[in-house]
Amino acid sequence: MIERSLHELARALASKEISSVELTQLYLDRIASHDPQLNAYISVDPERSLAQARQADARLAKGEGGPLTGIPIAQKDIFCAKDWLTSCGSKMLSNFISPYDATVIRRFAEAGAVLLGKTNMDEFAMGSSNETSFYGPVRNPWRLDCVPGGSSGGSAAAVAARLCPAATGTDTGGSIRQPAALCNLTGLKPTYGVVSRWGMIAFASSLDQAGPLARSATDCAALLNAMAGFDERDSTSLDRPGEDYARDIAAPAGAKPLAGLRIGLPKEFFGEGCRPEVMRLIDAAIAGYRELGATTVAVDLPNMKLSVAAYYVIASAEASSNLARFDGVRYGYRAPEYRDLNEMYGRSRAQGFGAEVKRRILVGTYVLSHGYYDAYYLQAQRIRRLIAGDFAEAFRHCDVILGPTSPTTAFRLGEKASDPVQMYLSDIYTIAVNLAGLPGMSIPCGFADGLPVGLQLIGDYFTEARLLNVAHRYQHANPWHRQAPTGFV
Amino acid sequence: MSLTLEQVRRVAHLARIEISDVEAGHTLDRLNEIFSLIEEMQAVDTQGIEPMAHAQDLAQRLREDCPLESGRLAMRDVFQAIAPETEAGLYLVPKVIE
Repeated sequence: MIERSLHELARALASKEISSVELTQLYLDRIASHDPQLNAYISVDPERSLAQARQADARLAKGEGGPLTGIPIAQKDIFCAKDWLTSCGSKMLSNFISPYDATVIRRFAEAGAVLLGKTNMDEFAMGSSNETSFYGPVRNPWRLDCVPGGSSGGSAAAVAARLCPAATGTDTGGSIRQPAALCNLTGLKPTYGVVSRWGMIAFASSLDQAGPLARSATDCAALLNAMAGFDERDSTSLDRPGEDYARDIAAPAGAKPLAGLRIGLPKEFFGEGCRPEVMRLIDAAIAGYRELGATTVAVDLPNMKLSVAAYYVIASAEASSNLARFDGVRYGYRAPEYRDLNEMYGRSRAQGFGAEVKRRILVGTYVLSHGYYDAYYLQAQRIRRLIAGDFAEAFRHCDVILGPTSPTTAFRLGEKASDPVQMYLSDIYTIAVNLAGLPGMSIPCGFADGLPVGLQLIGDYFTEARLLNVAHRYQHANPWHRQAPTGFV
Repeated sequence: MSLTLEQVRRVAHLARIEISDVEAGHTLDRLNEIFSLIEEMQAVDTQGIEPMAHAQDLAQRLREDCPLESGRLAMRDVFQAIAPETEAGLYLVPKVIE
């Protein structure tokens, strides 16, 4: 049961081979026995999940089930879910029981999916290793002394260890794609504005985008179909006609299913900086794509080298503004002792935020402060346009861009925790995609020394259906995504 | 460029994050490492390039300034139930005006 795709699970539920209550209980039992090793979940609430499963069973009995009805899904703890602890991995929100549902949570509930639990994450999604969580680090199911990546590390570890059929993540600078790469998963960051940010705790509002973390492109398409759509409540949500993201995958295909597809290979993705054992597998994947009929073309992203610098200005600036709301007044942590209002703010924030979050708030406050705004923030936004322009030019010559997702495989716990700059460079291949607002995926493409390697696919705006198909055709011919870590079956 | 300890203390004050002298020293080192990464941006000539704030270059959508939710008073109780300290529908903070 735990190796079945979402589509197969939906069939099993529709044919009464298994009930949603049984399926949910199966995963709750797996979480109880295996999660103590991984720490992938922050909250599990069997009563609540099983109640939702019973409702799903009633709906299925009436023949009113959809593709996700009755299927348990793990939600990153960044999404507000009514009556659930919604901590965002922070002490600041360690007492925050959300009074409302995020749009993503509501959409899954309307589809009849079961909320299986809330997954661990880097504090306020700031991190690439899941080590900044107030709830402790998550371990990688492929090697327990390694990180699962971040910030959606709990979701990634949970899907990889089969402690849920699929999960959600959010991606501000690579937080879906990098953990997908490090845990042998398929992850998609949609075009900015496709999935509502309402009720998704904000880190950097102009970059944050939610998406699916699952085992295959087919599963990601099913999840995106539930997640995507215009939302009046998110002022940056895009009002576009609905679409079926699985339509290209469902189309018939011959022996050369990707004939005519032009894959752009940016030389900036293939220079030094990427570990040779990772690059070998990326080269092999390119050969795999040629066998499927695709052609390759060299493209150039000359400003990509500036993306990390521009990102840490823009993301930190937006974070310092977004996180100003955590003041110990209306919700969240308040320091026990203070003499006046300023001391209450200062201590609540000093005690409620962890070191990395505080660093980014300070960087952001500095770059937005009087006299520095033009030199840092506006300069970063200008570079952002140059980077977006590079992609626009590249997409005149190709349909998708391909490269590594991460320069390394999963690194050891603690290896980069004390060196923020080294940690930031872990996202060197993913950040530019967020700055440009493009859709990007990571799919499994093999193993180096027993650890998974991820292949990144980047599409032009709103080409998620094609991107998912490009991922699917590769997975069909090269089923690396079917490999599961031992010790969790 | 290098930050000073005084600048770190000032930024921490602006951000309303209490910081001890020991922490300020440690934070200074980390911030300087981060700013040395950010500095590479400064050499780029961006004259005439329009800053990009939004991936689709869209303006913020506007709507009528009226509540979308019904039952606002009931909602107030729900929201205040998770507040550190409230009284009579108000959020309580230390006295600001003598």
